[in-house]
Amino acid sequence: MAHQEDITGPGHLERATVVGLGIAEFLATLAITLLGLLAVTFVIGRVMPIDPVLSIIGERATEAQYEAAKAALGLDDPLWTQFAIYVRDAATGDFGKSLLTGQPVIADVARVFPATLELATIATLFGVLLGIPAGVLAATRPGTLADQAVRLVGLVGYSMPVFWLGLMGLLVFYGKLSWVGGPGRLDTSYEFIYELDVTQRTGSILIDSALSGAWDVFANALTHIVLPALVLGAYSMAYISRMTRSFMLEQLGQEYVTTARVKGMPEWRVVWVHVLRNVSVPLVTVVALSYAALLEGSVLTETVFAWPGLGLYITNALFSADMAAVMGGTVVVGAAFVFLNMISDVLYRLLDPRART
Amino acid sequence: MHISKTLTAAVALALGLAAGPVTFAWAETPADTLVVADKIDDIVSLDPAESFEFSGNDLLNNVYDSLIELDPTDLGPLVPGLAESWEVGPDGMTYTFKMRQGAKFHSGNPVTAEDAAWSLQRAVILDKTPAFILTQFGFTPDNVADKIKATDDGTLVIVTDKPYAPTFFFNCLTSIVASIVDRKEALSHEANGDLGYEWLKTNSAGSGAYRLRSYKPSDSYVLEAVPTGWRGAPPLARVFVRHVAEPATQRLLLENGDIDIARKLTPVDIAGIAGNPDIRVVDEQRGRIFYLALNQKVEPLNNPKVIEAVKYLVDYQGMADSFLNGSNVVHQSFLPADFLGAIDDQPYALDVDKAKGLLKEAGIDHIDAKLYVRNDQDRLEIAQSLQNTMAQGGINLELRVGTGAEILGEYRARNQEFIMEAWGPDYPDPNTNADTFARNPDNSDEGNHTGILAWRNAWPATETNDLTNAAVLEQDGDKRAAMYQEIQRIHQRVSPFAPLFQQIEQVAMRANVEGFSAGGSISSAAFYATSKK
Repeated sequence: MAHQEDITGPGHLERATVVGLGIAEFLATLAITLLGLLAVTFVIGRVMPIDPVLSIIGERATEAQYEAAKAALGLDDPLWTQFAIYVRDAATGDFGKSLLTGQPVIADVARVFPATLELATIATLFGVLLGIPAGVLAATRPGTLADQAVRLVGLVGYSMPVFWLGLMGLLVFYGKLSWVGGPGRLDTSYEFIYELDVTQRTGSILIDSALSGAWDVFANALTHIVLPALVLGAYSMAYISRMTRSFMLEQLGQEYVTTARVKGMPEWRVVWVHVLRNVSVPLVTVVALSYAALLEGSVLTETVFAWPGLGLYITNALFSADMAAVMGGTVVVGAAFVFLNMISDVLYRLLDPRART
Repeated sequence: MHISKTLTAAVALALGLAAGPVTFAWAETPADTLVVADKIDDIVSLDPAESFEFSGNDLLNNVYDSLIELDPTDLGPLVPGLAESWEVGPDGMTYTFKMRQGAKFHSGNPVTAEDAAWSLQRAVILDKTPAFILTQFGFTPDNVADKIKATDDGTLVIVTDKPYAPTFFFNCLTSIVASIVDRKEALSHEANGDLGYEWLKTNSAGSGAYRLRSYKPSDSYVLEAVPTGWRGAPPLARVFVRHVAEPATQRLLLENGDIDIARKLTPVDIAGIAGNPDIRVVDEQRGRIFYLALNQKVEPLNNPKVIEAVKYLVDYQGMADSFLNGSNVVHQSFLPADFLGAIDDQPYALDVDKAKGLLKEAGIDHIDAKLYVRNDQDRLEIAQSLQNTMAQGGINLELRVGTGAEILGEYRARNQEFIMEAWGPDYPDPNTNADTFARNPDNSDEGNHTGILAWRNAWPATETNDLTNAAVLEQDGDKRAAMYQEIQRIHQRVSPFAPLFQQIEQVAMRANVEGFSAGGSISSAAFYATSKK
């Protein structure tokens, strides 16, 4: 029984129903998950042995100033009231004000999330474009030098500390060779051009500069993002290539492969079309998961590359007991995670007929 | 079929990106812009009535002016700021300031005595953390309108509640909380009677050499020169300060010429760039003092022999010469060098036998206690060294490590035992440290003086209270200095505090940068005298 024939199975209408169901289910799951997320972050925020009032008033404050700040934060109310207010405000996108920046958390997140999104997307692109071919290569030539090489790269990508990899990458490619831009999203002079001349529609420098036709800014941003994206992408590449390899090996042992080969189908077509199509089903989940993991923002990568992203923001907030920012940031990450999971679920159903019933 | 084509193209693209990088020639920083890498995630507010963090004060020092200033090129003597001249009346409590003629705010509004009075009143009324620098002269939200007022556009009169040492009052007026704010501009952004507080948290309304052009919290800020300011145009048109948390990254940026100044390099980085002809390192003594203290509520840490023994169980020089390596110097008194009355006596050095003898005299065989410390690199290394040398004398310290807010919370509640902490002066007058290290108005729990270090360590400061109170009223400068020297010597001997080190900021800059001042031990960074050749 050849799998690929099933793909033409269900009709147009059925497919639409599947998508519709997916969306309804998605919304319901999203609501429940987010409520759970709010509850968990809220409880953690309140039981932490860190006093958020102290982060605002600092070293010298008197007891009266302390009490005034505490009342202003609403920390005098009973816990249930605080939680109810929190959920109500969160529903309207109001996560309160960050203690550290004095800005609404939602505005802060809107500022830092595009940087993370841009980096994670390019990194995942690297992971997919390098990881899948590498996995296929390794699976079709098991035990050869190519296989060993891919497995070694995978091992390195998994186990190498990002901090070290990032600093070494910077030292060599930026410090010594000057092939890439340095830490930060742009050179200083381009930073000014971006601030002054480029309409900031999305917060993604690559997209904004491309839309405005500011190609010099685009090129500069590209040279800055390549290295952190590769470093971050190393992990997802390792993960994706390993998973591709094992999925491929599993499929290559199937009868339909033998049948295809016996029929005289060219080997490249067997591997890259028939087998890869079946492998793509579980791979979608793998890619979505690794993408979601990168969206949380990598604190270490962002620290080394002075990348003003979400990971750094949440970590800073955590160290300063800025709980409004921590909770707001966590909810955004959680929402992104749920969203990607749902997308991969829907894709999964579309790609794999067995999952549709 | 088409999947294979797409994949082939993708592989080709990926390989192309990975293997065929183009070599770019990196430009230096723009000639009219100073690019600084620093850590700026401590900024809580850009309102001068509230800002009390290093990075925030660095920014505000360049955007706002005060009546009296410190010259960044010659820190020490007080120089005219927005006040041209000042005098003290015969009662020692009435101060009269003549305002500078022709000074303008960034908005174009003239700077008047009315703005000055309003700004100081505002800081007292808002009563944010740094307000005590002003309220210690007897101002309250209720009386401040009478005590601080403009008698005409060019004259400001301030009346204090006691005849304080004039230098004490003038020194306090140089601090950021006494910055003069553009009243009309701030009030045009007022909401719910907040005196412009919400708006000023992230915007500026000053008269300084630079105006705030943009501010992205924990990311960067840009200052833009105001060429029409009363100081004249600063040499550089823009200052761009970037938050770069990782010192190794700051170093790479500096070595590659993508920044002009790196302010948070570690001693290891400093050693690494030594010998690079393009980079210069300037050491500046800053005001921060690391100290060790013993909570007097805890037995037997309140035993005078134990206190003395502890001071002999610290390897002061060993730490300074090893991991601190140039970032701190040994300093055993509570006033930083360069302050009025500062001393450099160093009566203590590591002496395990002497310490053991003292503990024996006290009839103590060994002590088990917790050492509270914040989780940053320097402090943990100091704490580990303390742990090591204390153990040699029979004092076994268990490290209790936490975030800043966590440790501060315990400290304010007097729950700590041993604590290793840092203290930075708030204004360039000896009272700033004497008031907290050597004075305790009421040691009871009900006293609740959570802002005062002596109280936090439950030390009644009986031996130094009166002297410290008297020193702020001493009119004669030399006598006043002598009083602080005496207070410190007593403090060194009997207090449960062991000052350890004074901070050195090692500012690394490109060789063409001139005139940058980080502010020494008494002020904040000044960019307005900085230039690039």
